[in-house]
Amino acid sequence: MYFDSLQALIAMDGHGPYVWGAYGMCFVVMAALVAAPIRRQAALKKQIRQQARRES
Amino acid sequence: MPFLAIAALGLLSWGIVWGLAFVPEDYKQGNSFRIIYIHVPVAAVAMAGYMVMAFAGAINLIWRMKLAEMVMKCAAPIGAAITFLALFTGAIWGKPTWGTWWVWDARITSVLVLFFLYLGVIALYEAFDNKQAAAKACAVLAIVGAVNIPIIYYSVEWWYSLHQPASISFTGQSSIESSMLKPLLATISGFYCLYGWLLLAHTRAEILDRERKTRWVRDMVMNEQSGGGRTAEDKA
Repeated sequence: MYFDSLQALIAMDGHGPYVWGAYGMCFVVMAALVAAPIRRQAALKKQIRQQARRES
Repeated sequence: MPFLAIAALGLLSWGIVWGLAFVPEDYKQGNSFRIIYIHVPVAAVAMAGYMVMAFAGAINLIWRMKLAEMVMKCAAPIGAAITFLALFTGAIWGKPTWGTWWVWDARITSVLVLFFLYLGVIALYEAFDNKQAAAKACAVLAIVGAVNIPIIYYSVEWWYSLHQPASISFTGQSSIESSMLKPLLATISGFYCLYGWLLLAHTRAEILDRERKTRWVRDMVMNEQSGGGRTAEDKA
């Protein structure tokens, strides 16, 4: 590792909030983009199954 | 699809861990330069994603392909979110490096225009009741907006800009040190894979939504439940 300790990695000589803030926001937005189609598909399948059961 | 997800996960985790913790700091910018490992790939994918949207729009206009229309529709919100990230990470990087969150610089302003173009396509699509007319109008907007892409790309060379010019070169020597370059190439390819996965997953959900009344979708979903398992899912 380039940094001497975990504290140094988190602090990044004062740039920590910027770097971790950027990575954090990136992670949140990407996680939302990944979760959206998975949840939508699951909800749709549930709806299709219910519809099929009602008609049979 | 699983191949893309695994590739994205592997490349991104290696590139990000390496970029955050193992690469030496920049001699001028210190540690803030580590934002490069998300900012550059995200900005590249934001532009590439726009071209995907514009091409899908063109294919839909020319051949009336339903799948292209769905790809175009799904590319807009993904692109908007990713362009937002490019602007956001750029602003955060700008503060410790340039001393400001924002400047009305050619590169930054043209990326802001890209963001509004994505939002414009989303809004325009929602404004129509007739989905075919909506897709047509969106395709025209997306294609016309594509002139912005070369403007973004060359903005750092055409105008005097606070933003630095590209430091990766395909034809000549890259001006970035190779130990810093390797994780960057990993995250760039990782974000492209992730984008590919996202576009496919969003499009798949869109197909399922539009075709939910059809026989094949119902059979597929019911088979899956009765132990048809993964094979049925992969066909979707």
